[in-house]
Amino acid sequence: MYSINEVLETIRMVQEEKLDIRTITMGISLRDCADSDYRKSCQKIYDKITTRAANLVQAGEEIEREYGIPIINKRISVTPISLVAESSDAENYTAFAKAMDRAAKEVGVNFIGGFSALVHKGFTKGDRILINSIPEALSATERVCSSVNVGSTKDGINMDAVYRMGQVIKECAERTADQDGLACAKLVVFCNVPEDNPFMAGAFHGIGEPECTINVGVSGPGVVKNAVAKVKGSDFGTLAETVKKTAFKITRMGELVGRAAAKKLGVPFGIVDLSLAPTPAVGDSVAEVLEAMGLETCGTHGTTAALALLNDAVKKGGAMASSYVGGLSGAFIPLSEDAGMIRAAEKGVLTLEKLEAMTCVCSVGLDMIAIPGDTPAETIAAIIADEMAIGMVNFKTTAVRIIPAPGKKVGDHVEFGGLLGHAPIIPVKAAGAAEFVSRGGRIPAPIQSLKN
Amino acid sequence: MLDQIRTEQSRNRIIVTVIGQDRVGIIARVSTILADNHINILDISQTILQEFFAMVLIADMEKSAIELSALKEKLSQLGQELGVKIEAQHEDVFRYMHRI
Repeated sequence: MYSINEVLETIRMVQEEKLDIRTITMGISLRDCADSDYRKSCQKIYDKITTRAANLVQAGEEIEREYGIPIINKRISVTPISLVAESSDAENYTAFAKAMDRAAKEVGVNFIGGFSALVHKGFTKGDRILINSIPEALSATERVCSSVNVGSTKDGINMDAVYRMGQVIKECAERTADQDGLACAKLVVFCNVPEDNPFMAGAFHGIGEPECTINVGVSGPGVVKNAVAKVKGSDFGTLAETVKKTAFKITRMGELVGRAAAKKLGVPFGIVDLSLAPTPAVGDSVAEVLEAMGLETCGTHGTTAALALLNDAVKKGGAMASSYVGGLSGAFIPLSEDAGMIRAAEKGVLTLEKLEAMTCVCSVGLDMIAIPGDTPAETIAAIIADEMAIGMVNFKTTAVRIIPAPGKKVGDHVEFGGLLGHAPIIPVKAAGAAEFVSRGGRIPAPIQSLKN
Repeated sequence: MLDQIRTEQSRNRIIVTVIGQDRVGIIARVSTILADNHINILDISQTILQEFFAMVLIADMEKSAIELSALKEKLSQLGQELGVKIEAQHEDVFRYMHRI
């Protein structure tokens, strides 16, 4: 039997500390949806998604009711569209994005990921068309998310793609200027992208994945924060142990829900992503976990060390809790989606440079950061290049999801609403890097890649 | 395999918790709701936790027609009436979290 303390701990986690399952994401292969006629291909895509995911939302809601654990999002990831659309005659892939959007709306999911291309070593015809289509596709659809992998430890960084993505991000912002550049919030540039990530906007269904699978992303910064607050003043060993034990419990919920969902839907269970994912809600913040460790404000000196400890302990606890761990698995630090990060950036303590340093020791990268609207594409490309270099050299995933908010300056605010949150515009350096990013070609793979 | 059998066995077990000021009739009122819905009580334990009354009750919903969400609603209403907090959660949640 369970002790009363164990029972009450679980109840408290769900009721007061906002323990929830952030997302169950169904990965669907669209490799059999290619067609030389793009209209036929789009129809196949729509049909396959709406058939495979017909019961996804319902299954999620049933599990919520059965177990009493909230599941915040039900989502879909698909094969990178560049691979599917490439054999078609289309010169622009917006129609594919619209087919994905319609299918997502039909089955009732709030986001669908996979308007993606993998170009870390170079472009194919389909990759080029897809990247050129991103601004139109993301402004013409509501639920479609896009990602482009421009680098990897094994292959180096495709700097042509980095430069191009700087321009694409600018274009996305301009096309959605009336919404503070919302399209940029649905676009991620990656290095070492994982193929089974359940979290948006970077989710897609990788080419090594099965026909259909269920991946789960857990949440729980609130639970970790309260656990950390309880060991105030204890040494680092105790602190790490506390986070580890808490992460174990959170991840177990992901494992339970993932297995239940896979069983209900009759598809294989993929992975649990151990990431600590914040939301803009008060008490659901990674920054507040770091502050509970003893930092006055997130972003001050000591933040990188605190985050390193947090990220490592989360992984150690989580790895034991699930048979299959994957995705991004680490702490997320999205600025606009984390109430504590927003506060710290407004105070000027959390800066772009500090965020970059923090990405060296946690999952993902510069995430949901709003910068002045007049930032040149070359500067954005240089920011991407820095972040990709960190990922490439350290054998880890890094990403950039940055919003040059049109017409906004440092001190202004952007509002995306819902889970995407709001953010102050933070400054970037005025000195240019245009000559550097426009050199063209690839940055060679680092010596670390030679492992064989 | 063993894991699966255990899952089957505990498939319909729930844990009900009551926390608040102790008063006459809490257990009686909770058990009435459970009995009315054909839910069998397997175990009850209670304690005083930092001046609060805390009760944990394990029950079997196997023969019950009510959904857990509807039961939660009923119990929560009773809780408001009695001035205590009543929660119900599937047993798997506790098993996964606290047992390896």
